[in-house]
Amino acid sequence: MSPSIKIYVPRDAAALSVGANRVATALANEAKKRGQAVEIIRNGSRGMLWLEPLVEVETAKGRVAFGPVAPKDVASLFEANFLTGSAHPLNLGLTEEIPFFKNQERLTFARVGVIDPLSVDDYIAHGGFVGLKKAVTMTGAAIVQEVADSGLRGRGGAGFPTGIKWKTVLGAEADQKYIVCNADEGDSGTFADRMLMEGDPYTLIEGMAIAGVAVGATKGFIYLRSEYPHAYQTLLEAIRTARAARWLGPAIGGSSYAFDLEVRLGAGAYICGEETSLLESLEGKRAIVRAKPPLPALKGLFGKPTIVNNVMSLATIPWIMANGAKAYADFGMGRSRGTLPIQLAGNIKQGGLIEKAFGVRLREIIQTYGGGTHSGRSFRAVQVGGPLGAYFPESLLDTPMDYEAMAAKKGLLGHGGMVVFDDTVDLAQQARFAFEFCAKESCGKCTPCRIGATRGVETMDKVIAGDTSKLALIDDLCHLMTDASLCAMGGLTPVPVMSAMTHFPDDFNRAPKRMTPENLAAE
Amino acid sequence: MTVPNGQNNAEWHKKGVGLMSWDDAVASSIVNEYKHLAGATLPILHALQENFGYVDKRAVPLIADALNMSKAEIFGAITFYHDFRHEPAGQTVVKLCRAEACQSMGCESLVTHLKDAHGVEINATTPDGRLTVETVYCLGNCALGPAALINGALVGRVDEEVLDAVCKGQSHDRMAG
Repeated sequence: MSPSIKIYVPRDAAALSVGANRVATALANEAKKRGQAVEIIRNGSRGMLWLEPLVEVETAKGRVAFGPVAPKDVASLFEANFLTGSAHPLNLGLTEEIPFFKNQERLTFARVGVIDPLSVDDYIAHGGFVGLKKAVTMTGAAIVQEVADSGLRGRGGAGFPTGIKWKTVLGAEADQKYIVCNADEGDSGTFADRMLMEGDPYTLIEGMAIAGVAVGATKGFIYLRSEYPHAYQTLLEAIRTARAARWLGPAIGGSSYAFDLEVRLGAGAYICGEETSLLESLEGKRAIVRAKPPLPALKGLFGKPTIVNNVMSLATIPWIMANGAKAYADFGMGRSRGTLPIQLAGNIKQGGLIEKAFGVRLREIIQTYGGGTHSGRSFRAVQVGGPLGAYFPESLLDTPMDYEAMAAKKGLLGHGGMVVFDDTVDLAQQARFAFEFCAKESCGKCTPCRIGATRGVETMDKVIAGDTSKLALIDDLCHLMTDASLCAMGGLTPVPVMSAMTHFPDDFNRAPKRMTPENLAAE
Repeated sequence: MTVPNGQNNAEWHKKGVGLMSWDDAVASSIVNEYKHLAGATLPILHALQENFGYVDKRAVPLIADALNMSKAEIFGAITFYHDFRHEPAGQTVVKLCRAEACQSMGCESLVTHLKDAHGVEINATTPDGRLTVETVYCLGNCALGPAALINGALVGRVDEEVLDAVCKGQSHDRMAG
C-alpha cells in the first residue's frame, strides 16, 4: 500500500457553510475506493473564504491548495493524481504563495489553518506554549511590562492599552481575581475571533493563562456568543484536552501556578460585547451596562479585580511573550503597534481574513486583496468597524488603518471588520438601520440610547418619505446621543448615521424611490 | 450530551418534534444540575431551552428559589435575551442573518421571498408548527453571505432555492454542512 498522504480540509464554520464536511466525506470515500491511504486533517481556515472549501495536499514542495472544491470535483481530482500536487483546473499552487495569503503579516493567526486545532502536540510543534513557559519564570510586573512595551491595544474596538489594564489588576489587592475573555463578537463583518477559536484555540487558552500568571488570577471565563455553536464545541474540547495535558489546572505546565477556564454562552444580546454588560450577564443578570467608575479592573466580575480582554488581544499575548515586545512593536504605525486581523466581508469578490501591520490603506484591502465587489457592480461604500462604524465613500479609501487616522476621518477601526457595499445600497436606509439596531439592542439603562434610537428610526422614516426638513433633527439627536449616552452603543450609533449623511447626501435628499429591479435597470 | 449548549446546537434541533413537553420535575432536575455554577442563570436557561425548545414561565419560580434571586430578576433575564423563547419553536428553525454584511448581499430580498412565495413571516412560527424563521444579527460568516443557521447547520450564500426547500420541508444537501 502506498504511504499515507496528508489532506487538509477545514472544519472552520465558514468552510462548513459551503460544504467542507461533504467534501471531506467524498475525499475519504474516493480514497478508500481507490485503495489510496490518506490522512484527512480537519484544520482551521487559511482565511481565503471565497476559495472554501479549500483542500490542501501535503507534498515535498509544501502544501498545495485546491479550491473551491465541491463533492462532485473529488473524482476528477483523484483522476488528475492531485495527491502529488498535479495540474487540475482547481489547483491554486502552493497555499503560502497565493498572493492574498503571502502578502500578510500573520502573527496572531500564524497557526490558524496550518495546524490541527485540537492537537496539543501539533500546537507545541508550531511554537505553542513557549510564551507561557517563559511567563512562569518571570514576575507579574515583568510580564505586564512586556505587554505594555509591545504597544498592544485592545482589539475589541476601544483600543485601550492592554498593559495599563493589566497593571491596574496587578496592583489591586484581592483574594480572587478573574480573567474574562470577551468572545461576544457581535459586529457584523467580523469573524476573526471565531476563526481563531475554531482554528487555534490553544493560543487563546495560553494567552489567558499568561494573563492569569501575570496578575495573580486563577480563574478565567470565556464569554462566547451563542451564534457560534461550532466555536463552542471546539473550545469545550480544547479546554478538556488542555486540562488533561496539564496546561490548565492546579500546576499549569508543571509550574507552581494554578489556572482554569470555563466557557459561558451568551444569549443573543449585542450589548454583551460591552465589558460591564458582559460581566452582568456572566453574573446571571440582565446585561445592563454599569456606570464607570469603578473600573472592572478594580471591581469587575463578582466585584473582584478582573481583566476583560477581547479574543484577539489575549491570543496575541503568546506571540509577544515568545518573540519579545520589541519584535511586536516593530510592526505598525504611530501609536497603533503590531498587526490587525482585518476581516473583509459583505459584497466582496475575495473576502476573508487578512492580518496586516497597522497602516495598510482601505483601498489596498478592498481592491488588491478583495478584487472589487462580488456583484461586479461598482463600489459605493465600506462600513469599517462594525454596526457602530462609519460608512466611507471612495474618496476616503486612502485612509490608513490606524486608530488615530480613522478617528481623524470621524470613523473607527473597531474590531477590524470591513463590509463592502455596491452601488445598489441606499445609505439613508443604512442610517435608519443603525438606529433600528440600536433600538433593538440597547440595554435600556440610559435615555439617550433607549429613547434616542427609537426617535431616530421614526425621524429617518420621515426623511426617507421625503421630508428633508427633519435632517436637522437627526443631526441634533446624533449630537445628544454622542454626548450623553452611557456607553459606546448609544454613543457611537451616530457614527454610521452621520457618516452616511455627510458622505452620501444625495441618498437623504430625494423623493422616495423603491429599489425595484426595474428602477435599478433604469439607472 | 447534557452541556448547556444553546439553541443553535445541531443535536438539539435534530430532536425536532421529539422535544419533550414542559415538565416541572425534569425542569427542577435541570436547575439543580447547574445551580452550583457561579452566575448560573444563563447556563440553566440554555439547558432548559435545549431540553424543551423554550423556557416556560413555570421556570421562573423554580430558578428564583434555586438561585436565591427574585422572580422579577429571573423573568427579567429571560425576557432580556433574544435567544430564549417563550413558546415552543417549529420543527425546523431557520436563523437568518439580517446584519449589514448580509444586507449587502441581499438578505432582505430573501425575507420578502419567504413572505411572497411561501407566506412565511419572519420572527414567527408557521401555523402548522413546522417552521420557525428568526432574525439574527451576525453569524460570523460575513464573507459568504447571506448566511443562515438551518437546524443548527451554518449555510453560506443562502439563496431562494435553499429557502424553497426549507419551506417545502425538503432536505437540501447545502443544509448538511
